[in-house]
Amino acid sequence: MSADIELDRVTIRFGDFTAVKDVSLRINGGEFFSILGPSGCGKTTLLRTISGFLEPTEGAVRIAGQDMAGIGSNKRPTALIFQNLALFPLMSVAENIGYGLRVRGVPKAERKRRADELLRLVALPDQGDKRISELSGGQKQRVAVARALAVEPKVLLLDEPLSALDLRLRQHMRTELRAIQKRVGITFIYITHDQGEALTMSDRIAVMNAGHVEQVGDGRAVYDRPATPFVASFVGENNGVSGIVEDIAVGMASLKTPLGVLKGRAGAGLTQGALATIFLRPEALQLCPPGAAPDLTAEFVNSAFEGNFTLVFLRAANGQPMTMSVGRGADIATLAPGAPVGLTFSSADALVLPLSRNE
Amino acid sequence: MSARFVWRLMLGFYIALFFAFLFGPLIVMGVTAFNTPDYPQVWPFEGFTLDWFAKLTADRNLMEGLVNSFIIGAFVVALSVPLGLAGAILMTQIYRPARSLYYLIVVSPVLTPGVIIGISTVIFWKDVTELTGMQSLFNGIFLATLGQAAFISAYCMLIFLSRLQRYDRVQEEAALDLGASQTQVFFDILLPFLRPAIFSAAVIAFLSSFENYNTTTFAILADKTLTTVLAGRVRAGTTPAISAMAVVIIGVTVIGAIVYEIVKRAELRREAARANALAAA
Amino acid sequence: MTHPFTAALIFATPLVVILAFIAMALLDRRRRGFVQGPGFFQRNGTPIAIFLIGAAVFWALILIVFPQLYMVDYSFHPKLPQIKRGGPEDIYTLENYRYFLFGSTRNTDHWNTTHLNAFWITIFVSTIITIVNFAICYPLAYFMAQVAKPQTVLKLMVLLVIPYWINEILRAFAFRILLGTGGLINNVAIAAGLISEPVDFIGHDVALYAGLTYAYLLIMMFPLYNAIESLDRNQIEAARDLGAPWWHIHLFVVMPFAKPGIASGATLVFMLCAGALAAPLVLGGPKTLWFTPIVYDRFFQAFNWPQGSAYAMILLLTCMAFVSLTMRLFKVSLSEITR
Repeated sequence: MSADIELDRVTIRFGDFTAVKDVSLRINGGEFFSILGPSGCGKTTLLRTISGFLEPTEGAVRIAGQDMAGIGSNKRPTALIFQNLALFPLMSVAENIGYGLRVRGVPKAERKRRADELLRLVALPDQGDKRISELSGGQKQRVAVARALAVEPKVLLLDEPLSALDLRLRQHMRTELRAIQKRVGITFIYITHDQGEALTMSDRIAVMNAGHVEQVGDGRAVYDRPATPFVASFVGENNGVSGIVEDIAVGMASLKTPLGVLKGRAGAGLTQGALATIFLRPEALQLCPPGAAPDLTAEFVNSAFEGNFTLVFLRAANGQPMTMSVGRGADIATLAPGAPVGLTFSSADALVLPLSRNE
Repeated sequence: MSARFVWRLMLGFYIALFFAFLFGPLIVMGVTAFNTPDYPQVWPFEGFTLDWFAKLTADRNLMEGLVNSFIIGAFVVALSVPLGLAGAILMTQIYRPARSLYYLIVVSPVLTPGVIIGISTVIFWKDVTELTGMQSLFNGIFLATLGQAAFISAYCMLIFLSRLQRYDRVQEEAALDLGASQTQVFFDILLPFLRPAIFSAAVIAFLSSFENYNTTTFAILADKTLTTVLAGRVRAGTTPAISAMAVVIIGVTVIGAIVYEIVKRAELRREAARANALAAA
Repeated sequence: MTHPFTAALIFATPLVVILAFIAMALLDRRRRGFVQGPGFFQRNGTPIAIFLIGAAVFWALILIVFPQLYMVDYSFHPKLPQIKRGGPEDIYTLENYRYFLFGSTRNTDHWNTTHLNAFWITIFVSTIITIVNFAICYPLAYFMAQVAKPQTVLKLMVLLVIPYWINEILRAFAFRILLGTGGLINNVAIAAGLISEPVDFIGHDVALYAGLTYAYLLIMMFPLYNAIESLDRNQIEAARDLGAPWWHIHLFVVMPFAKPGIASGATLVFMLCAGALAAPLVLGGPKTLWFTPIVYDRFFQAFNWPQGSAYAMILLLTCMAFVSLTMRLFKVSLSEITR
């Protein structure tokens, strides 16, 4: 029942503004695929193009191999879950779920049977007669999922549906959505600006920025091996220090920075003498043991206790703010603001990426 | 303290005066309907009678006018509500400056004296019906309906426009996405959303049509409606029978207005409850 | 028969306009050169789109624009028997407007004093009534909108809504009972020994002006109330804290804010007064001067439709002038007035 989706060099322009630039993506049938990016990066535009509310200015959208050009959203095998859910407030829960079947001429008894079945699937049994206004936020979420699944779409599109929920519920719904996807086995395309959501739920993630796709890969790849400086700094926290590439050898690069020469894994496209940035994850940084030579030094600003770890905010010698996360055992209680701190990192945990790769 | 008291006293006096001015003449008129003299007289009150009401039902012109008023009212509702709805929907979809121009055209009858609308309707349709050979259409009920609809549709449009301001277009997209055709979206999503406004528009349209005189007196031609019969009677001479008629009309309109207000308020309360529930969730 | 040109206008223009609309709707997307969601037909579905365009064109053109244009055209023609219309005598002429200014050619007066006086009195009195209505309504509107408790407002509202729907003929009739020579006020005054002879309120137009003031009182009230109601009470408090006297608060805080409501009430009251027909017919004496009954008489007594059209045009232009003057004076837009 699932279908491959292919975006072939899709460009979408609104007047002079290009919302999506030359995006090509292949989403496999049955995959949980996330599109991650900051607001305004074009991800919702892309989703609306797949669902048929927008036509691409250039390029093609193909679902299960069929070109969707000229096919309206009501004729596509997709179903969209809107950011605000867009449940019909004047219909009951069951009527909402049955609406897609009603417009297809499915008889009432059959609609009721399907609605009951779907309500069980989304863990809301016997709630069909309730009004939408009587539901909680999480319940509305489930009704929206059930309503979309009722029309047996080949692809389910989700436009940040969890953003209105509180943190705890959001985390719960992540697992829930993932479980539903596994059960029904259709393709999910999930739009979000929350990297946590993307990382926990997805088989693969496309990171989007300013209308184009920066990287496609599974969660680990995107987090551990970001392809571009944007991905490195958008997915997870990262400290970036810019400099000039001094030397590249056996996959490692040395970068001459205002904080000294720093060494890390070399990303693709690095050339000697070019501008580049070295990315250091907060968890890759460590306090330098007494007596050892630090890789770089900074001064202590303050710290934030987060429970299982503590975030330490620092200011590097060139004035640049940096963040480090330390475990419970670390000795930071004695540090006063302005105190010098020596830092080390393993160069295998650092990544050097060329500046302006996509420009 | 005493200055405040004086203010309050003055305010109370003013409000009492205002409502005395508003209701006094109507009450006086009402009382004359039950007094025996031939001339509508409140004081001295010479004797209680219901004769003036009995005279009404025997008045064939009046009854004919009443029937016509109802027919025209129904036609106006049937015409103005869809026209106002179409105008309002169009207003939300077309862009400036087309929108400003269209608004100017369709709202202008609201700011035009009713006699002018009546006059222009008559002289336009006189020639149109003649040119097309449809002289039978040149009759009072048809023209009164068209003349009244010209401006009553604007009332309806304004009601729909204010409701449409709160319309969430995403609802439409959701229905489309679930496979509905645009026509189904219109009937399943938009019309149910507009239902309270349709009700309001229908009531306002009927009341406006029913009590209209200025446009109707021209457009009605040789026919008659309640208001034109009434105007004729009032001009011919003052008798308590007119007061009796006034009592009946006021009674009916007041009941109508109250029922309308109650239904509307109930609808508003339901809506508010729904909104509260949404906000709380 | 009418002029062939008019006939062409009547039948061809709606078709042309509808076709133009459809073409515009179809070209909309292409002309803009970028994707902006679905086009008009796609968005509404063909049946609904046709209904929308058809209804909108029918309303705007057939019900409003054509009759008005037709009336304009009519007012520039001489009065002719039906048979001669469209014939050689059916020429464009300013005769009907000339008549308004100078009267019949046999008239010995230089000007058509009766009609001109009626016109000026109508405008003048309508303006005065508009101002008086504002003065009467403003305190109550302010009280309900800013001072009174919600329950009080609700009760007052019900009291206001009920008389709102009462026919203007009946309103006029009520004033006739009140102010006629054998009416309540005269009877009471005579019985109390205040006067010996009944006062002819109707002959002196007192009844008419009072009746007009009464008839359109609530037309002023509701827009005024709505406008003042949306004013944040804190603004008044702030002005009071700054030591502004009460009249200053009203003049420089409340009224400027309520401008759209004032403009809306004023245009409607003026228009209804100047176009009032029932009240002058019922409450007017033999010597009463009011413009609308003169227009009425052009049709129903003189049977001179072209002249009636010309007079209606004059009334219409006056009202348009008043509306645009108000809009300019209060610096409000049309949509604010007609809210």
